[in-house]
Amino acid sequence: MPLPDGLVAIVKRDCPTCTLVGPVLADLRARSGDAVSVYSQDDPTFPEATGGAIDDRGLEVSFALDLDTVPTLLRVVDGVEVARVVGWSREQWEDCTGVRGLGAGLPPHRPGCGSRTMDPAVAAAHATREGERTLQARRVVLGSEEDDAEAMYERGWSDGLPLVPPTPERVVRMLAGTTRAADEVVVLAPPDLVECSVEKVAINAVMAGCRPEYLPVVLAALEGACTDEFNMHGLLATTWFSGPVVVVNGPVTRAIGMNNGINALGPGNRANATIGRALQLVIRNVGGGRPGEIDRATIGQPGKFTCCFAEHEDAYWEPMHVERGYRAEQNTVTLFAGEGVRGVVDQISRTPESLTRTFARCLRTTAHPKLPLAFDAMVVISPEHLRVYEEAGWTKARFREELDALLQLDGHELVRGADGIEEGLPDAFAEVTLPKFRAGGLLIAHTGGGAGLFSGIIGGWASGKMGSEPVTWEVGT
Amino acid sequence: MTTLLDPTGECNPVTRARVPRPASLDGLTVGLLDITKARGDVFLDHLAATLETRGHTVRRFAKPTFTKPAPIDLRHEITTTCDVVIEALAD
Repeated sequence: MPLPDGLVAIVKRDCPTCTLVGPVLADLRARSGDAVSVYSQDDPTFPEATGGAIDDRGLEVSFALDLDTVPTLLRVVDGVEVARVVGWSREQWEDCTGVRGLGAGLPPHRPGCGSRTMDPAVAAAHATREGERTLQARRVVLGSEEDDAEAMYERGWSDGLPLVPPTPERVVRMLAGTTRAADEVVVLAPPDLVECSVEKVAINAVMAGCRPEYLPVVLAALEGACTDEFNMHGLLATTWFSGPVVVVNGPVTRAIGMNNGINALGPGNRANATIGRALQLVIRNVGGGRPGEIDRATIGQPGKFTCCFAEHEDAYWEPMHVERGYRAEQNTVTLFAGEGVRGVVDQISRTPESLTRTFARCLRTTAHPKLPLAFDAMVVISPEHLRVYEEAGWTKARFREELDALLQLDGHELVRGADGIEEGLPDAFAEVTLPKFRAGGLLIAHTGGGAGLFSGIIGGWASGKMGSEPVTWEVGT
Repeated sequence: MTTLLDPTGECNPVTRARVPRPASLDGLTVGLLDITKARGDVFLDHLAATLETRGHTVRRFAKPTFTKPAPIDLRHEITTTCDVVIEALAD
């Protein structure tokens, strides 16, 4: 905004020092060779001594000048500020204006008051207005009779559940949750391979119901999902019904209030529910991956609305991200292409040997008891089950080792026709022993409430290079 | 009046005309693309034998995995060396 040349003063009526300098400004008008322009932040009839002021109740000039105090006096030459004085100081005002004998009846010095731009509510509203200007997404203006919730359904933006309307104000607030620029391209969103900016992620995060502090986790989940290894495109398009399962680790889970207790994989926690949903909404809306179109899942499953949870990290076994090479204090998301959660009941076993056999029997049925290597799985072990291992001193590595030994499958049981079941491997595999899971194909998470001798298994999808590798991605800022 | 921000990719799909179907396969090279789904090879083996019996030139291709889009180099090779292509989808 171009400033008028000469002397420029910014004042407000609600400031005793400004009231004090009103007659000084009138005196300057009379005696100075310069033009004197006065702006008022709260009342254009003030100061009466100068016959009022230029109206800056909208604070455009004040924000442009980055003021923190009124009165502020500037000297402007050729539209450029060359001197600035804040508050009242006879000596400084005289130096700035070149006029002597100013404010004869006034004390030599009096500090000013806070500029209205420093009011937190005013500053926040200004930041929103400024932020809105930088947003690049198309504006969708709803009709005055349109219901916003219905309008979003009609435009095909919803996963079936209600959405929070992504107004510019909300999106600006969401963007404050990350240090990344709104126009930074985060990923090429599958299946349409559309450049997806931080802003587009923020819009979908608003709709999902996220708070701004969740946004870095959503961004990390999206980046992990859109790697070639995780293969979000294939996971979306397959007739199998897996979806991205997001396991969050690190201090961020506490900071944003994620649930790793009762019902960790179920409803009831905003962060758990909305981070996973935001990821799915980005794929749906930005990537164009809609059920029935590119999403061809035969029966689908409720985890495709959202599936995101935090681990217990103060437990006997090291958390997932540490096992996968990260430090405990790092924040990560681990993505797994998971179908629904099934239960593992064992209320009797009190030895790790027995309980591990239970897990092995249940894990064998992942996808099909006669299909080895083709599907990964995640064991979700509960606190009461983990206690059995802790009391016996079994490490996580020991559990894996023992489990692996129990999941070596005899080819005779796997071939087509065995056990009266046509599904299975070609006869050539009858004489070999095969592991149920490929190396790296079994994840172990620890979460859930303190009561219940139950755990969970989340079956996977086509494993490894053939389909999807689990991916761990560090959460940024 | 409510203003919302568009959450979509804001893409405008381009509609392209299909290449016309040839009246006959005489003198044309037929590409057979196996997406590596189970038993796709059985279907394509039959087709290859049938086409070759009739004197057509057949070239065989396979995607590394059915779960990902065909690599761009593979698509380029098929486009530049074949006149028509038959893809074996699904199980």
